[in-house]
Amino acid sequence: MTDKIIHILLLIVMPPLLLGVINKTKAWFAGRNGPPVLQSYYDIIKLLRKGMVISTTTTWIFIAGPVVTLAAVLLAGMLIPIGSFNSPIAFAGDLILFAYLFGLARFFTTAAAMDTGSPFEGMGSAREVTFACLSEPAMFFAFLVLAKLSGSLTLTHMLHGPAEGFSSAMAAPLILVSIGLFVVLLAETCRIPVDDPNTHLELTMIHEVMVLDHSGPLLGIILYSAAMKMFILGTVLLHIILPFQTRTMWINWPMFIIELLGLAIVIGIVESIMARLRMRHIPGLLIAALLFCGFGFILLVRYNQ
Amino acid sequence: MLSVWMILTAIAVLGFSGLPVCLLSSRSVVGQRIATLLMFLGSIIGLGGIAVSFNEATTPTLCVPWFLPFGQFMVTIDAISILFLVPVFIVPVLGSIYGLRYWKQSEHQENGQRLAFFYGLLAGSMALVVIAHDAVLFLIAWEIMAIAAYFAATAEDDNPDVCRAGWIYLIATHVGTLCLIAMFALWRHATNSFALMPIVGIPAETAGTIFVLALIGFGFKAGIMPLHVWLPGAHANAPSHVSAVMSGVMLKMGVYGIIRMTALLPMPAVWWGGTLLILGAITGVAGIAFAIGQNDIKRMLAYSSIENIGIIIIGLGLALLGRSLNQPVWVVLGLGGSLLHVWNHSLFKSLLFFNAGAIIHAAHTRNIDQMGGLAKRMPLVMVLFVVGAVAICALPPLNGFASEWLIYNGLFNTLGFDGNAGFPAAAIAAVPLAMIGALAVACFIKMFGAVFLGSPRCESANHAHNQPLSMIMPMAVLAVGCIGIGLFPIIATVPLDKAVKIWASLPVQTVSITTAVPLGWIAKMGLAFVVLIGVIILVLKNLPRAKVVSRAGTWDCGYARPTARIQYTGSSFGQMLVSLFNFILWPKTDLPAIHKLFPSTARFKNIVPDTILDRLIVPLFRIAGRYLPMLRILQQGQTHFYVLYILIIVIILLICGSIGV
Repeated sequence: MTDKIIHILLLIVMPPLLLGVINKTKAWFAGRNGPPVLQSYYDIIKLLRKGMVISTTTTWIFIAGPVVTLAAVLLAGMLIPIGSFNSPIAFAGDLILFAYLFGLARFFTTAAAMDTGSPFEGMGSAREVTFACLSEPAMFFAFLVLAKLSGSLTLTHMLHGPAEGFSSAMAAPLILVSIGLFVVLLAETCRIPVDDPNTHLELTMIHEVMVLDHSGPLLGIILYSAAMKMFILGTVLLHIILPFQTRTMWINWPMFIIELLGLAIVIGIVESIMARLRMRHIPGLLIAALLFCGFGFILLVRYNQ
Repeated sequence: MLSVWMILTAIAVLGFSGLPVCLLSSRSVVGQRIATLLMFLGSIIGLGGIAVSFNEATTPTLCVPWFLPFGQFMVTIDAISILFLVPVFIVPVLGSIYGLRYWKQSEHQENGQRLAFFYGLLAGSMALVVIAHDAVLFLIAWEIMAIAAYFAATAEDDNPDVCRAGWIYLIATHVGTLCLIAMFALWRHATNSFALMPIVGIPAETAGTIFVLALIGFGFKAGIMPLHVWLPGAHANAPSHVSAVMSGVMLKMGVYGIIRMTALLPMPAVWWGGTLLILGAITGVAGIAFAIGQNDIKRMLAYSSIENIGIIIIGLGLALLGRSLNQPVWVVLGLGGSLLHVWNHSLFKSLLFFNAGAIIHAAHTRNIDQMGGLAKRMPLVMVLFVVGAVAICALPPLNGFASEWLIYNGLFNTLGFDGNAGFPAAAIAAVPLAMIGALAVACFIKMFGAVFLGSPRCESANHAHNQPLSMIMPMAVLAVGCIGIGLFPIIATVPLDKAVKIWASLPVQTVSITTAVPLGWIAKMGLAFVVLIGVIILVLKNLPRAKVVSRAGTWDCGYARPTARIQYTGSSFGQMLVSLFNFILWPKTDLPAIHKLFPSTARFKNIVPDTILDRLIVPLFRIAGRYLPMLRILQQGQTHFYVLYILIIVIILLICGSIGV
């Protein structure tokens, strides 16, 4: 029970910290001091205490976008296991619900963007749905590998792996899958090289441009759910690249937090040393992710024979 | 037995429901009202019959000899028939109510009577198709259905587009019927009877041939790629409530045929299921990719129907594999998911076609790029559209998700299989299914955004208004169905389990859907999601300055005179995906060349024609039309020449037979 409460608390409280760590890392690379690590918290709290400006073109869909997204992401967060602990909700087939909750979030985010009638936001949503068509199959290939390895259809068991731990023979497919999933993580959370979260109004933006017209509490919710999405996908990835745990259960919590912050630093480094790809090269990157996960699956199956 | 008689009565009432319209004056709406009332009565009797059949101990069958020298009048109402009867008794009657205002007799005097007659006939014949248990009766019902659909879909035959779509449909459906006649002839040969009863012990090649013929024949009706050629045109050009019935119910008759024939044939080979999985994946991905390339709202919906047929076929392929490899869980999840998707698709696709009808009625165009901003003008229609769109994208918590979840679970289950086949190839179908899901979101956001959101792009869209209650009500009923099955899919499991057991002749005590997957969680998660949304809205409302809302225009980067034309249109929205799927879509782009220093007004055009129809079949038919007339030399128009040909052929055959070729 305590574990479940800690899970929910971490899920709710920790996400904005990741953004802070990423920004601090980027600042360090750029030789700046950068904003405080807790800046994202201040931003969100500030936004929640403001009023809103809403476009006269919009309808209820504009408000439904952030609300549905937050609900879907929160629910998805209840399905993943954190560290060595089981998820609060687990049932056979929850991995599909997990993937489709992100789909639901995407439906309403992009609809809310189209609701404003702004060409920028139209562009952003067109890109968002286009890239998802490539990243979602990649994610399912990764799920296939994990389900085959663990013999289970529950995210908790899939991500924890077989009881005796992943065997070393499984390293090759898992390495391929983790590369693929890392690209999916960067794409889904709109980081460089797919998207640049720092600039708003360039024609190359995806996520940031979709939320141009949102303000006040709605914008706060959007920032918060984006951070939570990164928390969730990062947690999934950590299970594969760092499947360590100690016997003393309580140590696993701080260990997980450190691992996740480490991942945030890695994302920050990637953002600092890479340039954003040109828009028409992004499908290529995502197809590469799809191929990585697909070959991971094929390797695994060949090995089993 | 009572249930058979009730359903036969229902079929007669539905089938002849259009007669009052034909008998009364073409200007009066009374006939149309009586017709709708008859449809309503027929459907109630039919649904009552289904309810009665649940309580009957044996499978109700009626078998009487008839006037024809072959076949007999044999109908049976088993669990598979019941599953397909339910949409037949729900969608057409709603369409008829919708048609009261959408196709008002007094406004459509020239074709309203014909439409009403064939609309009823279509509904009645479809019900007969799914209960016929004799090949001859089945073919008769099948042909009535095809012809009735032709006349209903071509109601506006003064429009050349409608005529062309109608001809293509007529040719396609008859090529399909030809395959079915060949298949039933083979069936008669193999079983010595026209009765559609399960058979045992026929050679594998015969069974395989019957399967392939059934797949082609029924595939034409269902719209499996590449046999879908008639579908987009016919759906786009038919009146919207006819499109709803065609897409929501009639396509499923093709699916029914494949399910029925595979139920009758013993021991499917592994390649049957494999073929269906591959065909399903291709149909699904290509179908939705074509949908994204369209600008005509009804063509988009038609292509999306092809996609959904693909999903149904994937489930069916998995079930067939499960039967060949003796894996009951695959059968239960594959067929269960596919049959549930048949229901679900008939709910949300009819809803969306009704919706499209209301939109076209209001905006006077089918081109989504000229619409926009309808959300403010038709708020109720928009809410119903959102329900339909979320459901068709298979997003939780609506019904599309429930059925796809079953199929996904089945596909993932194949991973645990270690047989001779070894390679869990079936599981890979989960990847195209995921892609279909993501593409469907793209397709319906494109439609939603272009039609309802933003500002109106043309004058008629600006003057759109809410639709009358008789058009809203049928959509609302379907939307409630989508939400109901989405939140409580468990209610559908009893008939699904029964049908699955009949199909695979599984013993009663084996796995059922509820034991194979934790379906209860879908309901719990759906409700949790709704509660979560409520909580977030409550929190939002209680924020300190939540009430401070100022209104301003959409941010325009300081540009002084933004117009509705700068909005992203549907075409621009889909452009990236269309170029990504260039290799199947082959879009035609008409790019204006800029010649002079001060170029004159130019036009840019980009359309996605149907690759199979416009680039393969139409050119082939042109060539055939050019060269085949040479064969007219043989066609003298004199009977004795024709008898001579017969004689020559018979002699050749005799010679061939005697030398044993």
